[in-house]
Amino acid sequence: MARAAVQRRLTWLRARLADNLPESPRVRRLVFDVPDWRGHLPGQHVDVRLTAEDGYTAQRSYSIASPPEDPRLHLLVEDLEGGEVSPYLTEEMQAGDDLELRGPIGGYFVWSAAADAATPADQRRPVQLVAGGAGASPFLAMLDHARRAGDPTPVRLLYSARTADDVLGGDLLGPETTVTLTRGAPPGWRGRTGRVDRALLQEQTFPPDARPRVFVCGPTVFVETVATTLVDLGHASSAVRLERFGGTGDPA
Amino acid sequence: MSLVSRGFGRRRSATTDDRLPPGQYDTGDRFPVLSAGPTPHTPPAQWDLAVRGEVAAPQTWTWEEFRALPRESVSVDIHCVTKWSKFGTRWEGVSVDTLLADAGVQGSHVLAFSDGGYTTNLPLDDVTNGRAWVVDTYDGQPLAPEHGGPARLLVPHLYFWKSAKWVRGLSVTPRNEPGFWETFGYHDRGDPWREQRYSGD
Ligand SMILES: Cc1cc2nc3c(=O)[nH]c(=O)nc-3n(C[C@H](O)[C@H](O)[C@H](O)COP(=O)(O)OP(=O)(O)OC[C@H]3O[C@@H](n4cnc5c(N)ncnc54)[C@H](O)[C@@H]3O)c2cc1C
Repeated sequence: MARAAVQRRLTWLRARLADNLPESPRVRRLVFDVPDWRGHLPGQHVDVRLTAEDGYTAQRSYSIASPPEDPRLHLLVEDLEGGEVSPYLTEEMQAGDDLELRGPIGGYFVWSAAADAATPADQRRPVQLVAGGAGASPFLAMLDHARRAGDPTPVRLLYSARTADDVLGGDLLGPETTVTLTRGAPPGWRGRTGRVDRALLQEQTFPPDARPRVFVCGPTVFVETVATTLVDLGHASSAVRLERFGGTGDPA
Repeated sequence: MSLVSRGFGRRRSATTDDRLPPGQYDTGDRFPVLSAGPTPHTPPAQWDLAVRGEVAAPQTWTWEEFRALPRESVSVDIHCVTKWSKFGTRWEGVSVDTLLADAGVQGSHVLAFSDGGYTTNLPLDDVTNGRAWVVDTYDGQPLAPEHGGPARLLVPHLYFWKSAKWVRGLSVTPRNEPGFWETFGYHDRGDPWREQRYSGD
């Protein structure tokens, strides 16, 4: 286990919204200027803090969707009906508005070209990404970064989305990506349909004997199910890293 | 000197609850899950619990031996660093005081270690004098694997990552040694009332 201690203080930073763009019918891309940002690694997240007039505050975590090379910080936020924070971020916030955030947070759910550089290209363990819904966000940072850095590490993304319109990151997804749609496919759809189950994982991800480094991100139930299946298929537990976004279906 | 977010207001329960530490919300009946890797499934026959490290007499208990130790029931509020809190959770298990009683502890801290390689560090003061347990029962039922079963540490006065799931023992250490999340920048102690989420808080 890496012992790279990240022992520095995380202070709240002022972030100014530069753009609030539709990424899909349910997800907005929030683009921030954060003057005091000290950089991040692909896979890390920020904590966002909102403060009401009466002093009430709410904090939530959001993965960073942009690579370290991008001077602006991109978040992909799903508008959850009835939610306290996500509807505010997606519907209320306009360019020029400020909020507070701090980060980068999390040093475990990370894949960066710099971390790979120490290992000769032909000895690198491949990277397998598995996303559910908005869980694609940190993987867009990883893919974008790997591409810009010219990282030759073999990588695949298996990405479960509801419909074709819900797929995030459009242009960034290349031949490494297999999308599966869980709520029906449009005419002419050439990807997969149905949930990420054992058969799909066997068919569309690196096998255990390729010793991939596996990252799974999305709603808690999705992550839990996929992780269990991967271990059943023979992946070492220590090779599987998880990021859970939460969600109504949490096991009670 | 917080920045006020124009038009933002509380959407959760309007009453402030003095059981809620700063920055937390009440998750109600839900019990969210957080861990860095897949859930291990260790059968009782392969499970044991150890106290080792800076002790005069290392200890181990098989599952049956552990189940035969004096048990306590606790009802406590728990607080996760991912912002949810859950009130009045009911657990049963063995006090850490009981586990350390015959070990002859010589160090100042413990590093809890778990199946799957997870570790977390705690000062001895935070796990003794009735402040910590190894629990195997939640709400009257065997603790489910996704919540740390067969047994987890329970240190309710600290953020819940300190309550190591799938715990297999306590290593007594002569000084503070950062555990898993602590190495990645999470706070060494993790007191929710002081909002000690990350290193330096
Ligand atoms: C490390 C981490 C990274 C995250 N990254 C992202 C990200 O990149 N993009 C993103 O959109 N979210 C992300 N999340 C989730 C995010 O932090 C919030 O939980 C989410 O935006 C809901 O907040 P809210 O205040 O709108 O809803 P709340 O008021 O907290 O909840 C409202 C309702 O929505 C349900 N709900 C809460 N979270 C989810 C969920 N994830 N999916 C479905 N239902 C839910 C609740 O059960 C509740 O019924 C991340 C969470 C973590 C822990």
